[in-house]
Amino acid sequence: MNTLIRTIAAMLTLLAALNVYAAADIEVNTPAVNAIKASMQQRHGQLANYYASGAVGLTMDGMVALRDPGAVPLAARQSVNALVAAENQDREALYAEIANANAHPEWQAEIRNTFAQRWIQRAQRGWWVMSNNGWVQK
Amino acid sequence: MKKIWMALPLIVLSACVTINIYFPAAAAEKAADKIIEEVWQTQHADKPADKPEVKETK
Repeated sequence: MNTLIRTIAAMLTLLAALNVYAAADIEVNTPAVNAIKASMQQRHGQLANYYASGAVGLTMDGMVALRDPGAVPLAARQSVNALVAAENQDREALYAEIANANAHPEWQAEIRNTFAQRWIQRAQRGWWVMSNNGWVQK
Repeated sequence: MKKIWMALPLIVLSACVTINIYFPAAAAEKAADKIIEEVWQTQHADKPADKPEVKETK
């Protein structure tokens, strides 16, 4: 009986250690994540104008969407579509990659939700973001 | 009977491990903020304008 108690105590200690480790951090410093980040950073130079003009907005699922095609000159419309598609591809990959880097692929949805909230929260004044009531301007 | 005593801690342990692997929401938020800052290169009014350096030792 004594041995049992000691075994359980030891295991609980181990568990506590594991628990702290699991809660400690989210790993985002991997080559894949950094590559995606760099690609998004570069694209942002072009996308920023479209966020500001309201042509492109931030959605509630951590993506971007063409909100107002009318705000884009006809000649640029195709390139905006391509920008949005490429950005969303990168974002999808980013969420998946972070989940994988932390050995929890099943976290992808939660990571996406976290990002969705933070993108919207941190969006600059004048940008359009999707809410439960539709598009709103920050 | 002895077998039960040996197996019990293992069962308890595996149950706890399953429960304890939860999503670290606060850490994820921090990580997201950091990435967003770098992608957007933002200096927010409500945040001190810290330069996005590459200092990811932690």
